[in-house]
Formats: sequence, C-alpha cells, structure tokens
Amino acid sequence: MSSTVQTHAPHAHSPHEHSGVAHAAEPKTNYLTANYGWKSWVFSVDHKRIALMYLFTIAFMILVGGVFALLVRLELATPAGDLLQSENYNKIFTMHGVVMVFFFLIPGVPAVLGNFLLPIMIGAKDLAFPKINLLSYYVFLVGILLTLTAAAMGGVDTGWTFYTPYSSTYANSQVALAAVAVFITGFSSILTGLNFVVTVHKMRAPGMTWFRLPLFVWANYATGLIILLSTPVVAITIVLVALERLFHIGVFDPAYGGDPVLFQHMFWFYSHPAVYIMILPAMGVISELIAAFSKKRVFGYPVVAFSSLAIAVIGFFVWGHHMFVSGQSTYAGVVFSVITMLVAVPSAIKVFNWVSTMYKGDVLLSTPMCYAIAFLGLFTVGGLTGIFLGTMGLDIHMHDTYFVVAHFHYVMVGGMVTAFWGGLHFWWPKMFGRMYPEAIGRVAAALMFIGFNMTFFPQFILGYMGMPRRYHFYPEEWQVLNLVSTLGATLLGISYLLPMIYLPWSLKFGKVAGKNPWGAKGLEWEADSPPTTFNFDKTPIVTEEAYAYPEGARHQPEAKVV
Amino acid sequence: MWKGIPLFPDSASTYSDAVDYFYLALVGISIFFTLLIAALVVLFAIRFRAREGSAGATQIHGSHVLELFWTAVPLVIVMALFVWSTKIWFTITRPPAHAEQYYVTGKQWMWKIQHPTGQREINTLHVPVNVPIQLRMISEDVIHSFFIPAFRVKRDVLPGRYSTMWFEATKAGTYHLFCAEYCGTKHSQMIGSVIVMEQEDYQRWLSGAAAGETPQVQGEKLFAAMRCDTCHTGQPGARGPKLQGLWGQKVDLSDGSTVVFNEDYVRESILIPTAKTVAGFQQLMPTYAGQLGEDQILSLIAYLKSLSDPAQGGAKP
Repeated sequence: MSSTVQTHAPHAHSPHEHSGVAHAAEPKTNYLTANYGWKSWVFSVDHKRIALMYLFTIAFMILVGGVFALLVRLELATPAGDLLQSENYNKIFTMHGVVMVFFFLIPGVPAVLGNFLLPIMIGAKDLAFPKINLLSYYVFLVGILLTLTAAAMGGVDTGWTFYTPYSSTYANSQVALAAVAVFITGFSSILTGLNFVVTVHKMRAPGMTWFRLPLFVWANYATGLIILLSTPVVAITIVLVALERLFHIGVFDPAYGGDPVLFQHMFWFYSHPAVYIMILPAMGVISELIAAFSKKRVFGYPVVAFSSLAIAVIGFFVWGHHMFVSGQSTYAGVVFSVITMLVAVPSAIKVFNWVSTMYKGDVLLSTPMCYAIAFLGLFTVGGLTGIFLGTMGLDIHMHDTYFVVAHFHYVMVGGMVTAFWGGLHFWWPKMFGRMYPEAIGRVAAALMFIGFNMTFFPQFILGYMGMPRRYHFYPEEWQVLNLVSTLGATLLGISYLLPMIYLPWSLKFGKVAGKNPWGAKGLEWEADSPPTTFNFDKTPIVTEEAYAYPEGARHQPEAKVV
Repeated sequence: MWKGIPLFPDSASTYSDAVDYFYLALVGISIFFTLLIAALVVLFAIRFRAREGSAGATQIHGSHVLELFWTAVPLVIVMALFVWSTKIWFTITRPPAHAEQYYVTGKQWMWKIQHPTGQREINTLHVPVNVPIQLRMISEDVIHSFFIPAFRVKRDVLPGRYSTMWFEATKAGTYHLFCAEYCGTKHSQMIGSVIVMEQEDYQRWLSGAAAGETPQVQGEKLFAAMRCDTCHTGQPGARGPKLQGLWGQKVDLSDGSTVVFNEDYVRESILIPTAKTVAGFQQLMPTYAGQLGEDQILSLIAYLKSLSDPAQGGAKP
C-alpha cells in the first residue's frame, strides 16, 4: 500500500535494514517506554495501551471460560452425571457461554487488535475519541466484575440465551446481576463501535481513500455499524427481563400476560447480528494474513470489502432462523430461511477470494499463515453446516441439538478464535518489538487444528442422532463419540495454552523484530516496532492502494525459517 | 470397533426418509466444497511456496468473470436447497386431516400425555403404527420442546399457547423422547420413550392400561361441575352463547371483528373471558384462571369439539 512518509526510503522488502541493532544505536521512546508507573497505564488514553489492557483482561477471561469448558467436557466423558450435580452443570455451561461470548468473542478482535491497529493502519495518531476509548475499557471491566460476582454468589443457570419465562420467573439464580453485567458490557461495545465508525470517517491520513483502506479496517468499520444498530436492542430486552423479574411487569411471561416468544425475537435481533460482530473482524484479520504471506493484493479487493457490508446488512434480517420450531408463523419461517440462504453467498465469495489470493503468490507458511489456512478449513465447514440449519425442513430435527453446538463452535472458535491467534502472532512483533518462537508457533497451530476437529466433528454426528444440547445426562450409546470429543478438547486446551506461555516468554527472550519483519505492506509496518505514542513522526501521505506489492514480490531469506 | 456404536439415527416416520435424503445431499455438497477448498489451499501452498529461486508473486487483482461465477453458483445452489427444504417443511408442519388428537402437557420436568381414548401416561407415549397422530401441546411453566429424533420432528411447547405437531410412525419399536429446550435443573432428565406398536398390539395395550374416561367425558363432567351449563344452556335467550355446532366456525364479536371458534379461542375465553365477547351477549363470565389446570382445559376442549361432531352425536355445524 502506501509508501507514506516521503522522507523514508522504500523498505518493504528489506526488513534487515530496520534491525534492532540499528535502533539500539539511536534509542527512541515508544508507547511502552514513553512513561512509567501504574497511573500512566490506568489513565492512559493511548489506543495502544488500552488495547494491551484489553488483551490482558481478555486473556484472563479466556482462561476462566476455558476452565468452564473443560469442566463441561469432563462431565460429558461419561453418560451419567457423575462429576457435577445438574444444578452446577447448568451453571457451568451458562458461565462458559456468557464469558466466552460477551468477554472474548465479541470484544476479542476489535478491542485488542482493532484498537491497536485501526488508527495506525489509517495513518492516525489515535482513535477519534481517546477518552471514550478508555471509558469503554472501564465499562467492560465493570461488566466483568459483576459477572464474576454473579458467579461467586451462586451463578446463573439460564444458558447464555436467557430465554423467558425461565429466566424472568423460574430460574432460582443470580439472573438479575448477570443481566445487569451483560447490559453494562453492551455499552462498552457501543462505545468502541462508535469510536471506530467516526475514526474511519474522519481520521484517515491524506491520500487514504476508502478503496485504499486495508480490509481489516473495512471489516471493523462494518462491525462498528452493526454494534451501533443492534446492541441497544439487547440492552432494552435485558431491562424488560429485569423489570419482569423484579416487579412482575408482564412482558414475556404469559402468567403476567406476556409473550415468551417475544423475548426470542428481541434477543436474536441482537444476537444474530452479534454473530457477525464476532466473525467480521476475524475475516478482516484473515484478509491481512493471506495478503502478507502470499505477497499479493487480496484477490477481488472491492468485492471482499463490500461483502463485509452485505453480511452486515443482510445479517439484520435473519434472526428468525433461530426460531423455526418456537411457534412463530410457518410463513415467517419461510421468509427467514430464504434470507438466511442469501447471507451464505457473501461468505462463500470471501472464501473463494482468499483462496485465489494464494494463487501465483509467494506463499510462506509461517505461524500466522498456518492459522489463516486453518481458518479457511474450519470456517468453510462452519459456514456449510450453517446452511443445514438455515433450511427449515432439516432444522426441525437439528434445532437445539449438538449439531448446532458443533456448527457455532466451527464458526466462532474455528473462525474467530483461530483468526485472533493468527492476528496476534502476526502483529505481536509490532505490538512488542519481539518475535515469537516460530517453530513452536507452528506446532501450536497444527495441534489446534487437530484438537479442534477431534472435539467438534463428533458433535455433528451426535447432533444428527438427536443428542440435545445442554444435556447433563445422555443415553449410553453416545459415550464413545463424547469421549473422543473430550479427548480432543484436551488437545485443544493445550494448543491454546502454548501461546499463553511462549508469547510472554518472547517479550524478554524473543528476537528483536524491527519495523517490518514480514516485509509486509501496510502503514502499520512503517511505524516503529513498538510504535511511538503518536504512531508516526510525521503524518503519512498515502499514495498507493492497500497491498501494493510489486510484480515478483518475494519473502526475504531471513523470513524463511524452514 | 464401530459395531454397536451408532452413527446414524433410526428412521421411523413417514417423512423421516425425506429429511435424511435432504441431509445426505447437503453432506455431499459440503464434502465437495470442503475438499475443493482444502485441495486448492494445499496445492497453492505447495506449488507457490516461498523458496530459493522462486519467481515471486504475480500480481493479479481480480476477475469479474470469476467473481460472478462464484456468486452465481452458491446462489443457485442455496436457492435450490431452500426450495427443496421448504417442501419438507410444509410436509412436517401441515397435519393431514383427521389425525388422531393426543394431548401433551409439559411441566418441569415431565411429560403428561393423554390418549384420545382416555389413557394417561407420563414420559411414555404409546402410539399405533401407520396412523397419523397430532399432538396438541401446552406447558404449565417454562418453554419445553417435544423432540423425537427417530421421527425427525420437534416442536417447542409454550406456556399460555397451544402448539401442535404431527407424525405417522412407520416402524414398530422404542424411540427416544427428549425435551430439547433448556428448561432448568433436570432438563436432561425430562426424557422418555415413544413406543410404536402394531395396531393389534396397541389395541391390546389400550385395553390393558387403566383406561379411565375419555377426555370428552371428563370435559362433559367438568362442564357440569363448573356450572358452565347454567349460562351455556344451548337455549335461545341464555346468558351465554350456544356452544353446539360452533367448532371451527367464525364467531362475530361485540367489537365487530370475528374469531374462529377453536382451541386457542376457547382456552382464552375460559382464562380471560373479557378478551373477546361474542356479539349480542353481555360480558358476564367470570375467569377460571387458577381454578382449572391445563389438563382440564384440554378436556373441556375435547368435549366442546364433540358437540360439533355428528359422529359423536353433536350438532352439525
């Protein structure tokens, strides 16, 4: 893309020119060393520091949600509910869902990678509203503290979907507190989304036109729009549940004159678009990784950019596909099904364009690219199995079975989480100025791919046989497949723990990275590693489109570790 | 090793094979596209790998033809799948006329079932083979979902509103019955069996089971016991509308609109009589909410239905 600050010599293909040694000669402060002391962090309005606070907070929540996942899989190793009592099992899968969805899947890519990179990628000093950015972090933190308090005070057993009237009238657990926690966390999303939308509109560097934006920026922009339009709806819904629970105002419980299916409409009006809040930024990461490691412009760039917007728009009109058997009208089901089929198309377009980007590229299978390739496989399976569930005749049987569980883990974990790890490895040298250990990185990626499929593929088979989700006890004939799934989950857990060990290790022992260890295009690779507080010494002037790799672009020999 | 480890569910209803064919077609399509993507990724990753002496990347920005191609192909495929699945959807959601009516009440954490002939069961449903059966279902508390995997059918069971599902079993046997909508602590134990029997076995089972009274006889007794007959006398000039011959008919309401006299309207009128008053009558009826359980309301419905069924001595509509 951009060749930027005109005083700089072109350097995209010569990472060694920016080796750490050169930097040591002229010590320069970066955003990590600009100032010290806890106050310089907790009151920081630097988007990069806020991104790191998000990163460490979210890493903690991954561990919390992971422990719950582990307990669920351990329990399901045997058909009898012998490890936990049903009450506790229900609370544990609920907490697994709540923690992972609201505190990892939704904020993971935008709040960490987006916060760090979005301003740098468009050549800005910071987001449009740095103080609102800091506020969004603290709102997020309050949401987490309330959720953990609810867990400590006895937990919640409604499932992350909080279906009424179970949640509003019958559940005998900390529903009100958890609902308040989710309500508050929603505002954190809204603030981040607002910041991203305004930043992309108003803060682009001179010459950074819309069609020169990296696709990661497009994806986060589309995500910001969805967050702004949908999150308020879930906030209202939660307030109504709380009013019914606390004051018996009839909204959802027929005993008070309410309509239980109304809740599902309102919940999914947010939560289906929320699925795209989770996956779109991840798709943006994948576009960046595949371009950088194929040394090519993303194939069909405008098509990929607009497909993000298409997904964002169509995604608002498919919520009823969660409700085919819930009692909505037969014809409403038909309409929701056909729109759901339409949303499959832009997703398919993206996958074909990513694969085509590799064609005649200079493909380097470094760790981030391994994650990107794993994403292509897992997201393809996740997307295709979405068609199974969107077709009504089949969904009657599949709805609320393990097929659904497998499907959304393929999209969310196989998709979003894989992209998160890929992106984190890719930009790790930018964020901290150090390289992660490459060999073990690839081992972790390969182990993730194997462990993931072993965990979730058997669940497709279990689902078609009819194993309902959220089951503590299950018929004995399904034990073998459940056991395979539990063993796979163990491998998967190990593969996710590895980077949590070697990435921090690399902060001290990793090779010094230099400005552009990958020889990649993009404004972020023209900033220092780690960047200075205001990212660039001079506002960059953009003269090229994104991914302006020259004909015959190649990876440098140093990059080829194998 | 895989002997005795099931990988595919029993198929035991008139539409379960249709669902399976559709499923297998989708599995085929999915395998094709997954292998296609995987093969291309592996091929490109090897063929174009970064190595000493490689020519480097050739910059190709895109292709309108290809973009159109891979927009059109998925679009055509998903639309074809949509049409196919919607046909199955209407088969499963539209019950045949004259399906036998069974009543199901869900509550935390059991299924209560009543046969048209009066037998009651809990968590077990005996049905005859080759007879279309419709379940009329309601919940006493939270949302449940009645799921019979071998028949490929499920339907949420809601509080405050009837939902229905139908099936016709094709194979005798014992099949799983699950609650599929999370309903609280013992959700995973809200399970049971559907026992499909040959016709004669079913008749033998019916005569062996404590038959009790049929739902309409129970309803008739309730109708008298709750003093419904003091107003709904069936005579001209009565304080309540005549109920004979009314089932399935349109009823004019005092606000000028009309409503079909069916299960939902009857249930609503018993519990919230003020909601819809029949034209020409004063709103005098008291509510029976809290006095009648869902089972009893279902019995009253069965009785009112019989009043319009010539075969059961009711008036012609």
